[in-house]
Amino acid sequence: MAFGSGAMTNSINDLSQAQVFLVIGSNTTEAHPIIGIQIKKAVSENGAKLIVIDPRKIKLVDFAHIWLAQKPGTDVAIINGLLYVILSEGLVDKKFIRERTEGFEELKKVLSKYTPEAVEKISGVSAEDLRKAARLFGQAKSASIIYSMGITQHTTGVDNVLALANLAMATGNIGREGVGINPLRGQNNVQGACDVGCLPDVLPGYQKVLEEANRKKFEQAWNCRLPEEPGLTVVEMTNAALDGKIVAMYIMGENPMLSDPDLTHVKEALESLDFLVVQDIFLTETAELADVVLPGVSFAEKDGTFTSTERRVQRVRKVIEPIGGARPDWQIILEVSRALGYSMSYAHPSEIMTEIASLSPIYGGITYERLENGGLQWPCPTPDHPGTPILHREKFSRGLGKFHPVEYKPPAEEPDKNYPLILTTGRILFQYHTGTMTRRSEGINEITPTRIVEVNPNDAKKYRIEDGEEILVISRRGKVKARANVTTSIRPGTIFMPFHFAESAANILTNSALDPIAKIPELKVCAVRVEIANKKQ
Amino acid sequence: MKQISLIIDGKEVRVAKGTTILEAAKSVGIEIPHFCYYPELKPTAACRMCLVEVEGAKDLIASCAFQVAEGMVVRTQTERVIKARKLVIELLLSNHPLDCLTCESNGACKLQKYAYQLRISSSSYQGERHSYVIDESNPFFIRDYNKCILCGRCVMADKYVQFIGAIDYTHRGFNTKISSPFDRPLQETPCIFCGECVAVCPVGALMEKNRLYKGRIWELKKVNTICPYCGVGCSITLWVKDNEVIRVTSEGGVNKGSLCVKGRFGYDFINHSDRLTTPLVRKKGKLVEASWEEAIKTVADNLHKVKKKFGASAIAGLSSAKCTNEENYLFQKMMRAVIGTNNVDHCARL
Repeated sequence: MAFGSGAMTNSINDLSQAQVFLVIGSNTTEAHPIIGIQIKKAVSENGAKLIVIDPRKIKLVDFAHIWLAQKPGTDVAIINGLLYVILSEGLVDKKFIRERTEGFEELKKVLSKYTPEAVEKISGVSAEDLRKAARLFGQAKSASIIYSMGITQHTTGVDNVLALANLAMATGNIGREGVGINPLRGQNNVQGACDVGCLPDVLPGYQKVLEEANRKKFEQAWNCRLPEEPGLTVVEMTNAALDGKIVAMYIMGENPMLSDPDLTHVKEALESLDFLVVQDIFLTETAELADVVLPGVSFAEKDGTFTSTERRVQRVRKVIEPIGGARPDWQIILEVSRALGYSMSYAHPSEIMTEIASLSPIYGGITYERLENGGLQWPCPTPDHPGTPILHREKFSRGLGKFHPVEYKPPAEEPDKNYPLILTTGRILFQYHTGTMTRRSEGINEITPTRIVEVNPNDAKKYRIEDGEEILVISRRGKVKARANVTTSIRPGTIFMPFHFAESAANILTNSALDPIAKIPELKVCAVRVEIANKKQ
Repeated sequence: MKQISLIIDGKEVRVAKGTTILEAAKSVGIEIPHFCYYPELKPTAACRMCLVEVEGAKDLIASCAFQVAEGMVVRTQTERVIKARKLVIELLLSNHPLDCLTCESNGACKLQKYAYQLRISSSSYQGERHSYVIDESNPFFIRDYNKCILCGRCVMADKYVQFIGAIDYTHRGFNTKISSPFDRPLQETPCIFCGECVAVCPVGALMEKNRLYKGRIWELKKVNTICPYCGVGCSITLWVKDNEVIRVTSEGGVNKGSLCVKGRFGYDFINHSDRLTTPLVRKKGKLVEASWEEAIKTVADNLHKVKKKFGASAIAGLSSAKCTNEENYLFQKMMRAVIGTNNVDHCARL
């Protein structure tokens, strides 16, 4: 929105050129370990400085020069506070603001309230530490912002991202090596699934459904009539199913029964459907509810491409034959479509890529032959285009970068008398998403601390919880048993749970309140209380 | 960058200033034997295998650590050099189990390779040998320090590639051993089981458990692909025998050969017995096995029925961040063009 496209602006390998890293809402060494290495290396060997903003003492804090442990859900206040200091101490990049952006004056007006002292009251981060971080960031010749779901999974997710965009633009940290705004995508091909149009409001290549010319183009290519209105996002689908507006669902390779917020609701929604088809490699928690289960194959059994977090389209190659009677997912879709009366024929995934390239300008120059040597970063509009390692070099996709003044808004659910603690969720190194893959990897399971909930010693004392003890975590939506891990790595008043484990699913507790624009659920903040599980009467 | 000219084995070589002799030789196709040198690691000159003769120098020079100089004349195959290499190999073999018959490193082992090249089948030095207990305590790899040649690659990779510091040299002299603090199992150290140490081990001291006795290295098929876990997009190589993935390694890519625990060891799921191998259709409340024909027909009939009764917008689809671009493209095309709804999303927000 601020720049005109949503993706990592820079490349993984140019991160090493940053003088300062601001890592906010990303547990990089656990969720994106190889990028974690890059940051550790830059700090240890190139003298780069690291600012970590996270309610948990994540591994990167050991390498950090400044760690700000904010109360979850107060990121806008923190970022505005950083900008306040940067502005008041004359550390903004005036030339960049003048030549490349618009709307700075409006931003200034909003910032005036976010003095470090005011921000301290909201976030719990000391005014002095905030000033130090702002100076470090503001004085750097090149500063790179790295974030992940800790920024986006909030009812203010969009505001958080816009605030970071303001910070990067105000300091001129866009469009060069070692700078930029770098969202790290959590799954191998989440970037690609977005790129090729698995979003309800855009056709492949982020071409808006609402624009008639786009629909016309695809109607012609696909020989069909296309619906004019954008569709529903994932959490909206659940709600629509409960309202009886969605009656049938086709779920391919997803496990909403563990990944989505408020699982009790999700289960009700899926059970209320007239018809559910699930295509997966395992009988997941979601597949168990299906009317038909279609066995797809793993990444090792098919050809194709994945697009990484740095917009790099890379070749995935078939290594083994499909297991048993399973079939490559692309072939299954072709057969279902044929049975529905629409015939598509592709002999090999490379022919599908040819079609994607012909309809989606950002992939326009991508062919399998060209991907043989290490992949291509979009935008890659033509067959002779080398790909784009750094976005927004000369200008933003939308022309001038736009400052969007944003105000701090509290999370949808705040602690109160009955639910006095904040629950935040995330990943751990040894597990992955809903665990369908990692929980079937023997060694990985042997070594994983399962079913944990991190509790600060202060809270442990207050609620008389001992390390290793079974506790109940209770929210307005449900309760879950887990084992307490008493640790100072989490701030007082906040507890942390990974969401990988079906037997103590954190998402039974989480809040499905959505960001009004991105429709992303607030998985990072909800109010809970804790009780000892086997209370003696 | 300033260029330096030198002569290696009579060949004229021009390389950038700061290049080591070993790398300069490599650039013109001259391979200097080595154990501790590894392109991604800082040179330690620990193994003494890469010694060469430099004109004017009294002693043999460790080519992995010594930088080139203008006009330098280097010889890598003189009698003196060969003698030194033989000494290194014989000393290593004097305390190394000669169990190549069953060693998984057979065919990829640097010690075996150089012993073969130098025609050494056993050591003329007889003496004490270590008999360490093989450490099988972690689920991913075994640590057999009887086979360790103390090149130190694993220590360097642990410290300066992954920045962990779980292992280092301990003890002195003959008893020198690579170890965790107080020789505790790796689970009790900061080790994150990235397996970087296993990847750089030039012999069979560190070995993935998954591949043990599953096939000789030359029997395995190697295919380059992309890791299926997070969004970084690391390049990986899958090693396959009998339709089973038994080993994962990496060279180059955005990850420069480094991987994490999931990327290197998290592949049991591919050939797992839980894999769905046939379609299932719910009958009388239970999911039962069905033919592809029946399953596809059931899907099509039901989607058709719902669309007719409630309209296309009563149908929704969730695509997959784990599937390929091509599959995701087809999925949204099916939802939009075939079923007629924009109700298509995936877990980008989760």
